[in-house]
Amino acid sequence: MAREIPYIQALGEAVHQEMARDESVIYFGQNLGLTDDDPYVQAFGSDRVRVTPISETAEIGMAVGAAFAGFRPVVQLYMSEFMLVAMDQVVNEAPRFYGMSGGEVTVPLVLQAGYGFTAGWAGQHTGTIYGMFMGVPGLKVAVPSTPADAKGLMTASIRDDNPVVLFHSYLLTLEHGGVPEGEHVVPLGEAATRREGGDVTIVGIGWTVGLALAAAERLAADGVEAEVIDPRTLAPLDLPAILRSVEKTGRLVIVDQATRHASAAAVIAAEVASEGFSALKAPIGLVTALDATIPYSQPMEEYLMPSEERIVAAVQQAVGSSPVAA
Amino acid sequence: MVSPAEVDAALGLELLRGMWRIRAFEERVGQLTRADEVHGLVHLSIGQEAVAVGVCGQLSSRDAVYGNHRAHGHAIAKGAPLAALMAELMGRDGGLCRGLGGSMHLVDVEHGFLGATGVVGGNVPLALGSALASRLAGHDAVAAVFFGDGAAQGGIFVESVNLAALWALPVILVCENNGFAEFTPRSAHSPVERVADVVAPYGLERATVDGNDVDAVRRAFAGFLEAARRGEGPFLLECLTHRLRGHYEGDPQRYREAIAQEEWQRRDPIRRLERRGLDERWLDDDTPARVEQETREEVEEAVRVARESPYPEPALTSELVYA
Repeated sequence: MAREIPYIQALGEAVHQEMARDESVIYFGQNLGLTDDDPYVQAFGSDRVRVTPISETAEIGMAVGAAFAGFRPVVQLYMSEFMLVAMDQVVNEAPRFYGMSGGEVTVPLVLQAGYGFTAGWAGQHTGTIYGMFMGVPGLKVAVPSTPADAKGLMTASIRDDNPVVLFHSYLLTLEHGGVPEGEHVVPLGEAATRREGGDVTIVGIGWTVGLALAAAERLAADGVEAEVIDPRTLAPLDLPAILRSVEKTGRLVIVDQATRHASAAAVIAAEVASEGFSALKAPIGLVTALDATIPYSQPMEEYLMPSEERIVAAVQQAVGSSPVAA
Repeated sequence: MVSPAEVDAALGLELLRGMWRIRAFEERVGQLTRADEVHGLVHLSIGQEAVAVGVCGQLSSRDAVYGNHRAHGHAIAKGAPLAALMAELMGRDGGLCRGLGGSMHLVDVEHGFLGATGVVGGNVPLALGSALASRLAGHDAVAAVFFGDGAAQGGIFVESVNLAALWALPVILVCENNGFAEFTPRSAHSPVERVADVVAPYGLERATVDGNDVDAVRRAFAGFLEAARRGEGPFLLECLTHRLRGHYEGDPQRYREAIAQEEWQRRDPIRRLERRGLDERWLDDDTPARVEQETREEVEEAVRVARESPYPEPALTSELVYA
């Protein structure tokens, strides 16, 4: 049964249900399970639910070692930027071992990391940094855009035998949506079509999926039907789903909360230009944050971010350069 | 505490053979590197064999051991088959990691060698994870991790020591303090001479021993191991040793004077154990040369088997991205 719960609660529900289902799932992080009445501690005990010092490198490295032994650690990092202090473990240990060992060891590990809290948190806690991780072979990257996907992708991530960074959007934290109560799995590597349309494809990622859908409604009022694709995972990337849509619409606009240079949007654009060029009737549009550190002041913050208006403008440009058949 | 066994003929020979096996293997790897049969970056541990042997000889395959970039000795002492190890260094399909890992990234799960990592200090927290897993699973396996004195200046080391002490994990940190971090003497890296002093504030049980004395390493480690088997920890064993070769094969070593042959004979852990065995009469005069010869033959056989192993299918690399 689906009922409406917030995105953040859906994530927690997945962790809780998986811990109940599988004793090898352990959960640790900073400021976690501090009291005896913490629901995770109550349900699973303080052996499996552990508070760690502010030592991301040791924390993640320890999780990798426990994963070698068959445990399935979920490391709660809160801010994705905190992973940056542990890049050796995230990039050069966890995802390398399966390949380097010739397939002898696996690392079933989930790093739960919030991103993009552009709500006055300024330069160091607001980054949309999933693009930095999507090019690391062996690492999976999930970016849920709805409460149901938050639960389903977290469940799939915990069950996956590879290290997964699950980037959850801080801007979606309290967004409500229908979420199945029982087991709910969204396979990693399968895009979702959020809206069907024949005139233009809009790819949104995480928070920008909602933005793309809102823009699509405005465009529909002007007679432009947009198809909105949500990749849901950036690694592996469901490129075939994007190409199929572009094959149908001939136009592509990619919306990414990250800064533009070397972004997920840029990678997807390059793949489509390379693999789907013949289907394109117009240049690919990119709507991203501007290439700058996220500023504190609110008007500046808004200026830098992608917006509904920018998506509409990008679509109009794509359509305008080759008018939609009447 | 049960005191560790005295060195008798059986144990002495086992320790001697263990060290010779590493020495003979690595000397051969040095030659094969120069002949380009082993390619890429190779770090040899010649001179440091007593540490690997003194530690790993007491562990079982259920105990997780982690090595660093200089890990051939750790893997061999933990039981990795020489032929598979040599095949790995030659990039062959029959290698420990089917040719995907190479010298710095050896893994042999069957023998509890969970792995070598090439980034200094990167392996330390992994051992904490193995120790935690052992505790959660309720068995008495322990974890041991080898690292050099250069790793002790990294934040990852301090973070790991803090966490291991905080959670009292059954892990034994084994520092091979050879006085050089890559090309630089310890004095240029830290004002703290002994790594055992670096961890002092965390209250770890610790010892600094002569790392070229395999019996001293073995005895100190035995005490820690016994306690770790009961679930205690962490421990730090600092072994003062000497790397006879450069940081890597081909290192011109302009940063230090070559050790005099006479001085090396005095320090060499293999020669020391041989002298002791002869003095204590658990070795007869002919045995050292025989052990050397046998291990060299063992290594030649490993080279032969490795050479016969084919190169892996190149596409294997794409198959082993995701599990």
